[in-house]
Amino acid sequence: MMVANVGSPPSPGTAPAIRCVRLVKRFGEVTAVDGLHLEVARGECFGLLGPNGAGKTTTIEILEGLLAADEGFAELLGHRWGDGHDADLRQRIGVQLQETRLGERLTVFETLRLFRSFYRRGRPVEEAIALVGLEEKRHARVGKLSGGQRQRLSLACALVGRPEVLFLDEPTTGLDPQARLQVWDVVKAFCAEGGTVLFTTHAMEEAAHLAHRVAIMDHGRIIALDTPARLVASLEAEQIVEFETAREVPAAALERLPGVRGVASSNGTVRLAVTEMGAALPALLAELDRLGAPLAFLRTHQPTLEDVFVRLTGRALRDG
Amino acid sequence: MAAPGRPAHPLVELTRARILEFLREPEAVFWVFVFPVLLALALGIAFRSRPAAPLRVAVVDSGAAAQELARRLEGADELTAVLLAPTAAAQQLRRGKVDLVVALTGENEGGSAPQATGSLVVRFDPSRAEARTARLALREALRGPGTDEPLHLREEPVTEPGSRYIDFLIPGLVGLNLMGSGMWGIGFSVVVARTRNLLKRFAATPMRRSHYLLSFALSRLLFLVFEVAALVIFGWLAFGVLVRGSVTALAVVCLVGALAFSGLGLLVAARPRSIEAVSGWMNLVMLPMWLLSGTFFSYERFPEVTHRAIRALPLTALNDALRAVVNEGAGVRATIPELAVLGLWGAASFVVAVRLFRWQ
Repeated sequence: MMVANVGSPPSPGTAPAIRCVRLVKRFGEVTAVDGLHLEVARGECFGLLGPNGAGKTTTIEILEGLLAADEGFAELLGHRWGDGHDADLRQRIGVQLQETRLGERLTVFETLRLFRSFYRRGRPVEEAIALVGLEEKRHARVGKLSGGQRQRLSLACALVGRPEVLFLDEPTTGLDPQARLQVWDVVKAFCAEGGTVLFTTHAMEEAAHLAHRVAIMDHGRIIALDTPARLVASLEAEQIVEFETAREVPAAALERLPGVRGVASSNGTVRLAVTEMGAALPALLAELDRLGAPLAFLRTHQPTLEDVFVRLTGRALRDG
Repeated sequence: MAAPGRPAHPLVELTRARILEFLREPEAVFWVFVFPVLLALALGIAFRSRPAAPLRVAVVDSGAAAQELARRLEGADELTAVLLAPTAAAQQLRRGKVDLVVALTGENEGGSAPQATGSLVVRFDPSRAEARTARLALREALRGPGTDEPLHLREEPVTEPGSRYIDFLIPGLVGLNLMGSGMWGIGFSVVVARTRNLLKRFAATPMRRSHYLLSFALSRLLFLVFEVAALVIFGWLAFGVLVRGSVTALAVVCLVGALAFSGLGLLVAARPRSIEAVSGWMNLVMLPMWLLSGTFFSYERFPEVTHRAIRALPLTALNDALRAVVNEGAGVRATIPELAVLGLWGAASFVVAVRLFRWQ
């Protein structure tokens, strides 16, 4: 899998758009966010990557001012929610929630006109429609739109107030690959004009493709934070060998193999971080033969953020 | 019975699961078990058996003879009698507060014994069952002791527009409709928006929250015109029901009524997260008013001690004000007490709704 970046992270020195310090949020017995530190620079496209239940949505909703933190604090554009600048902050941010179903009986145009009315400054409705490529659906009712079109409309609602900071919670979950690319293009264009983006995702391709920097979240904490390229490089592997065997193989037996830098396994799938494929693969096959554990399947791929997550947690992202 | 913990036949287990799920839903238990009992209780009080609910006869107070007549009727089975001035008697008949009006005429006026000579005029609406029963009871009561000779009663069935049951009913239906469309229209849209996460999405914009809530009340005002016009015009074309008051007075009363029920609709929809829950709350709020507020029959039927409480209900206030304007030609000023009740309900529920409102 290729790791593509929108660009390099913005130069230091600009005041942060977003800052979280020791953020804690509990829901009853569950600690959804557990002492989170985070800083996002202006103009940065920042991804929160993690499985479902990692605390990504809770974090982003605290930053959007929809939830109150139990401990610590969050600053947005230099202000905290509730310090008297809420109305001003709302004017300066754009929000896309996970799963909002906009009113089905309004048209695309009517929906955007409504949202535009909430902002003092903003884009003309037609411009917002063009931004997400929904010109032909201008007078179609929301109920008649496809999933991808609805998602783009929802994005247009977030952009119609010309925000400085854009929050996107799982912006492409459930979309087909083409619709997903369209959403990515809109987000990249927003960043290219200097906007700040914080998005959540449990899809590592999305994080790798969009984000300048990625924070990997698990159990309410950030367990790794860097550019996608450097996170992947931290595996020190050229290739990942993924395999399953009929019988369980002890990890210790695999770590000693030549050309293997690390072993991680989740749900019966073993992943080896490999520096030298030519040495590692024959050695692995010989070792499995010796252990009497025939292969069920084996494949290799370029290392991804998914492998970083597996290395750090011992679980796959999609396992949750 | 199978031992606890050991699964029985799937059908038994499924049925048991259904029952448990049902019982663990407190709202369902209320609507299925408690509410019908309350409903039966309310209806039972309204339509109590005869001795407890005598027929009400108004005697037009024209002097000693009339007072004597009233005393005599009061003593009769199944009747209660009140002495009223002619205009008051006519008004109470229109409002369904009395079932029948008796007036002395001719040489009897001011005389001593009503049954001696002359005649009695009996006014009632023959389309009302209670009125016909009251007429029979009256005839029975006026059969003089020792004589089988019934009194000469001149009957004047009331059929002119403004005094019939339909004249009573149409304003009540307007009131009921304003309540229903206000509460359901607002309650449903708010809760649907909440289940779709749309309220939370709005809360994330700079939109002022009170604007969102007010927009419901304002949009109601537009529909209001059509709702009221449809019923009033239908009543006029089909039954000749006339609006005796001014259109302005009718508009003012409807406006205040609609706003009051918009406030109540928002209040009921302030917290529930599901359509089922909001429906339950809607019924809880509206059904008592369906029964008590005098839409289909006068609330005078309920015991006198309850009248003060019933008049404090918004639908009662709206119905009373509508009837005053439509049937009696009252102006806005005459309906100020009712408008005040409505205004208080609307303002108080709007303020509480804004505070309680669940945006996510």
